[in-house]
Amino acid sequence: MTPVLRCAGLTRSFGALRAVAGVDLTIAPGARHALIGPNGAGKSTLFKLVTGTMQADEGRVELAGRDVTGLSEVRRCRMGMSQTLQHSSLFGSMTAAETVELAVQRHNASRISPVRSTRPATRERAEALLADVGLGGRGGVLVPALSHGERKQLEVALALACRPRLLLLDEPAAGMSPAESSRLVELLAGLPSEITVLFVEHDLDLVFSLADAVTVLHLGQVLLSGTPDEVRASEAVREAYLGTGRRSELFGPAAETSGGSDVPAGS
Amino acid sequence: MSAVLEAGLVSVLNGFAIGFLLFILAIGLSLVFGMMDVLNLAHGALFLGGAYLGTAFVGARPSWGAFLAALAVAAVAGLAAGGALSLMTEPLRKRSHLDQALLTLGVALVVAELLTIVFGDDPLTIAAPPGLNGSIGILGITYPAYRLALIGVGAVLALVVYLVVDRTRVGALIRATVADREMVATLGVDNRLVKAAVFAVGSLLATTAGVLGGPVYGARPGLDAAVLILALVVVVIGGLGSARGALVGALIIGQVDTLGRALLPDLASFILFGALALVLVLRPQGLFGGAHGTVPAR
Amino acid sequence: MRTLSALTAAPTRSGGSAPTARRPRRWGALTGALVVVVLATAPLFLAPFATTTLTRILVFALFAVSLDLLVGVTGLPSLGHAGYFGAGAYAAGWVSLNVTAEMPVPLLAGAAVGALAAALTGWITVRSRGVFFLMLTLAIGETLQQVAETWQSVTGGANGLTGIPSTRIAGQPLTNAGFVHWYVLVFFLAGFGLVWMVARSRFGAALRGIRDNEPRMRALGYPTALYKYATFVLAGGVAGIAGALLVAQQRLVTPADLGFTTAAFALLAVIIGGAGSLWGACVGAALVIVIRDALGPSLGGHGTLVLGIVFVVVVYGLPRGVAGLRRLRRNGTDR
Repeated sequence: MTPVLRCAGLTRSFGALRAVAGVDLTIAPGARHALIGPNGAGKSTLFKLVTGTMQADEGRVELAGRDVTGLSEVRRCRMGMSQTLQHSSLFGSMTAAETVELAVQRHNASRISPVRSTRPATRERAEALLADVGLGGRGGVLVPALSHGERKQLEVALALACRPRLLLLDEPAAGMSPAESSRLVELLAGLPSEITVLFVEHDLDLVFSLADAVTVLHLGQVLLSGTPDEVRASEAVREAYLGTGRRSELFGPAAETSGGSDVPAGS
Repeated sequence: MSAVLEAGLVSVLNGFAIGFLLFILAIGLSLVFGMMDVLNLAHGALFLGGAYLGTAFVGARPSWGAFLAALAVAAVAGLAAGGALSLMTEPLRKRSHLDQALLTLGVALVVAELLTIVFGDDPLTIAAPPGLNGSIGILGITYPAYRLALIGVGAVLALVVYLVVDRTRVGALIRATVADREMVATLGVDNRLVKAAVFAVGSLLATTAGVLGGPVYGARPGLDAAVLILALVVVVIGGLGSARGALVGALIIGQVDTLGRALLPDLASFILFGALALVLVLRPQGLFGGAHGTVPAR
Repeated sequence: MRTLSALTAAPTRSGGSAPTARRPRRWGALTGALVVVVLATAPLFLAPFATTTLTRILVFALFAVSLDLLVGVTGLPSLGHAGYFGAGAYAAGWVSLNVTAEMPVPLLAGAAVGALAAALTGWITVRSRGVFFLMLTLAIGETLQQVAETWQSVTGGANGLTGIPSTRIAGQPLTNAGFVHWYVLVFFLAGFGLVWMVARSRFGAALRGIRDNEPRMRALGYPTALYKYATFVLAGGVAGIAGALLVAQQRLVTPADLGFTTAAFALLAVIIGGAGSLWGACVGAALVIVIRDALGPSLGGHGTLVLGIVFVVVVYGLPRGVAGLRRLRRNGTDR
């Protein structure tokens, strides 16, 4: 089967620093693929190279078999790549509903009319998306009035509104309360398998409860790509993470007791 | 053939005269913007203020005493005006750069109108000081002596400003503030003071440029906007906050503008905009610009 | 596990936000209708001079509204918008002098030249942001003014175009101040309606998104530069129409009409009214024209000075800056 995303030899330097150095990455359709690594491993840069926010110095990016290396982030989004941003900055003068409507109307079949106002169908779909991410009834609230966690949820609604084939989440749970975080896991786990998910996350509990494939990035290179179990068992990964002595300190008791591969998700 | 050569030489000399004048004008604008992110739209009005001071002191009866007095008064007035502008923008520190720019725009309107009230609507001229009011022969052509002197004075001033910014400790502080304001603040330097100082010196340069440019440009309503645009173009082309960029930009614009006016008088303004557009397309951050740019990489 | 209705099944819920927006909209429509009636009947009870002032207000208001589409809706603070206003005015004046003053030729010429000038210059300005946009547009406005001053054969140089014939409708020249007022009013309403419709359309929603957060809009798949460019050209076209109306009213164009001061006053009108509020821009325009033209003579001809001071005061007085106002104002009035 054609991978949803394939990166080959992706490289990006900032002066002397090679932030991403020859990264190969293949994401299977329906995967819940996690990208982890210590701080400064190049996760954010790799993410930007994939989304097209930043252009790579070398290498190529393929979306569902099509070369998108030279395409802008706008084009990639139109082709089914949609993202949430880590530092969630949305639209300060809009309500949650208006925000989602913006994304919905762009990815509807109809054109963005310069004369007609928002269609009822757009409103309904925006409301349904808000309900899906747990923001039902909060549509009329201005974005700056939403809590941090709610804004992260709104980010997810916004990304889903783009009808993605590949959903890219940059630290979706950062700053969320445990309740909000588990709600997010439930939401992501419940996504239909037509939507492939690639996510960067620091919370390894979340990673192992959701992911069916994990890529570990270290110093701009892929240290290991494999199943959650393989990653948990890897000595190299353990060393890369701050030289932590024992696996249990790193992956925590939850990871020791339950395997990650039995989480319901595609593949 | 020789007539063409002569015309060319005159044009080149004119370009230098205007170029050095532009540098003196633009360097203040560039540093204030580069250091403090304040786009001072009143900069042109300050130039015009200097030019009118020149007419008031020198008028039609030129003397060296009057000319130098005009320069001195313009310098003091410029310092004061710069300090005042710095104080005025201080309450807007926390607001967007746009608000500060709009404030200086309001100030520019007020200053220009006050100058019109005091000096009237008619274009005024300033005679060159005695000894420089004639023409002298140079390289086989006759050329206005004052413009030649302007080239000399402008070159010296440009060199001094350039050396101060690029080679001295004060200059190092200025450049450091351009690069990273917060960092300089953590070193214990009160950057409000730096801002006020740069603002004051920049304004001083603008008003003195007005006096110096008086015998060439005169003083008239609308000159402030014309001069402001030239300075902005220089700053954008050279790159914000860069002394070298301002110098190169000013000399380029001086040549382009005079050459354009000589060859294609109808299209001269287009040529200026074309030069600006070209630089912005090829190098959005300006020829010597670093961190700043027209397209912030957010 | 919850079902994801938005992704799996067709949504069943009906929109719930509409009822809250009804009342203010009805009041707005009523006020609007009242204002239009007053404007339309004004020449019947106003002296010719007052009527002319009102006409000038309408012209300047349409100009300010076109600028507000850039500044308030899209977040592009232009200081060169008078260039397109003036380009439209010169085009209408030139066509009236040299071709025909028959409606709708001058008006179309004004709109076309305004939009064309914006199209030629906009591709470079929309690549920049904030203060850089301000600088570039300022440079463009000034360039256009210098063109007007130096292109003697077409623009009449520093004196401008004088003796422009009255606009004619079906061969009848509009000489009476009242007829001119009605003519201007009709096209003011058309232009205002156009901008209003665009601002509240889906496209307009996208423009507000660009104003609030352009990078996020790109991540949502909006080609933002293209949207900004289209808006820039549209605003230029509407400003061109306003320029043509200016010519119909004062039958004279000078380089001052596309200068720095005119652009600054239009920006002032937009800011006074609260960026993003098209009504507010009209009120601001009225204030500017009243101070400049009607009160100017009694102020010793120095209305500009008063406006400059107003400008400074307004900038200080804005609670959260030029960009902050619209957030305070909006409470469902946009929908």
